[in-house]
Formats: sequence, C-alpha cells, structure tokens
Amino acid sequence: MLTVGLTHFLVVSGVLFAFGIYGIITRKNAVMVLMGVELILNSANINFIAFSRFGNFGLSGQIIALFVIVLAAAEAAIALAIVLNIYKTFSNVNVDEISNLKE
Amino acid sequence: MTLYDIIFYLFALITLGSAFIVVSSKNIIHAAFSLLLTFFGVAGLYVLLGADFVAVVQIMVYVGGILILLIFGVMLTNKITNIDIKTGTLNVIFASILIGCFLGLIFVIMTRTNWFSLPAPLPATTVYGLGELLISDYVLIFELLAMLLLVVLVGAASIARREKETL
Repeated sequence: MLTVGLTHFLVVSGVLFAFGIYGIITRKNAVMVLMGVELILNSANINFIAFSRFGNFGLSGQIIALFVIVLAAAEAAIALAIVLNIYKTFSNVNVDEISNLKE
Repeated sequence: MTLYDIIFYLFALITLGSAFIVVSSKNIIHAAFSLLLTFFGVAGLYVLLGADFVAVVQIMVYVGGILILLIFGVMLTNKITNIDIKTGTLNVIFASILIGCFLGLIFVIMTRTNWFSLPAPLPATTVYGLGELLISDYVLIFELLAMLLLVVLVGAASIARREKETL
C-alpha cells in the first residue's frame, strides 16, 4: 500500500483537481479563479504523464503534457488581458459583481 | 519504503499543502507564492515519473511565465496603496460539501479501479524521443500550436492596449 504506484499519482492529481474546482467556485477575485484553472491543468498533466509512464505508451503522454502547458500559457495571457480590460471598465475584478456585457 | 517512496510523499505533501493554501488564503499574494510551491512540487512528481524534460518546461513556463503574469495581474488590478490585497469568497459551504463528495468519488474510483499497469524501464533521457515525436507524429499539432501562440500574443496585446474610443 505504501509502495508508490500508478494509484498514488492518480490520487494526488484527483485531490489537486478538487482543490482547483473549489478555488474556482469560492474565490471572488478573477485572478484567483485563474489560479484554480492552473491547478486543474496541472492535475490533468500529472494524469497524462502517469499513464504515459505506467501504461507503457512511450512518450505520447509527455508530448500531450507539453501541449497542455502551451495552452495554459496562452490561456493565462488572454485571460489576464481580459481581466485588465474589466478592471479598466469596472474598477474591480470581482466575478460576482460583473454582470453586464456592455456598458 | 524505499527512497523513491519517501521522495514521492514529500513532493505530494508540498504540492497538496501549498495547493490548499492557494485555495484557502485570503491574501492573493500569499496564494500566488503558494502556487509557486505547487508548481515546483508538480515538477518533482514529473521527475519521479521519468519526465525530465517536461519537468524543466514546467518550471520554466509556469514559474517563469504564467506565475509572473498572474502576479502582474494581481498588482495591476488592485490599488497598491491599499496594503491588504484580499479576495472575498462566496458559496463556501455549498462548495465544501460539493468538493467533499467529489473528492470521495474520485478517491474511490482511483483506488478501486484495477488499472492496467506495465511500467516500462525508465529511459536515461526523454529529450531525444520527444524531439523526434515533435517533428514526426505530432508535427501538425506542433505547427498549429505555434500559430495559436502567435495569434494569442497579438490578440492579448491588442485586447490589453485597446483605447476607449475604439470600443
């Protein structure tokens, strides 16, 4: 039970995923919501690499993990640009107070 | 318990402990720096899984790029003169119940399932294999991602610098 196998990595990634969801649901600040998204992407990456190692699939899982990292970087850049615009318009970034699409 | 197991539990503890601080701390700056530790812990897990190149990319892109972007986001969207950079919370009780159930479900699924497990011997380095795959099997996705990154960078700059009258 204590010897580390595939299950241990999957459990760690599952807990990380749950923390990410919790962050997205409960945080008000949009930047904190983004941090939750990053946690979720990391947990998905752990799954990819764990299955790539223990499933004997070669390196395909690691390639997909690299692609996920690239997508995470793209997502962070766009999301922060949008957050900056929201801040310029509404003077705060609380996701529960911003409910209009257009002024 | 071998040395491998001890190192795994250490990195898992770092990852999950700091991830808990990220989602529970009221102070955004504390959360951002805990996120740094989380990324380091996840990189350690990658190394334990034999993915050395992905671990280095994780540290360089996440810690060097995304985290800096997030901290920029925090600094630019809060009044700096206001010392306490806080975040409010909502739905805490509802979310805790939901996440508790979800966590239990995930745990049962992950531990009860009889996963197919056939660990291959660890390669000495993965860089050669990854590079070969990137220009053979995955070259289309690779090129598409390159174009996506270009579009994203131009788009992000254009969204963030948009003037008032062009809205």
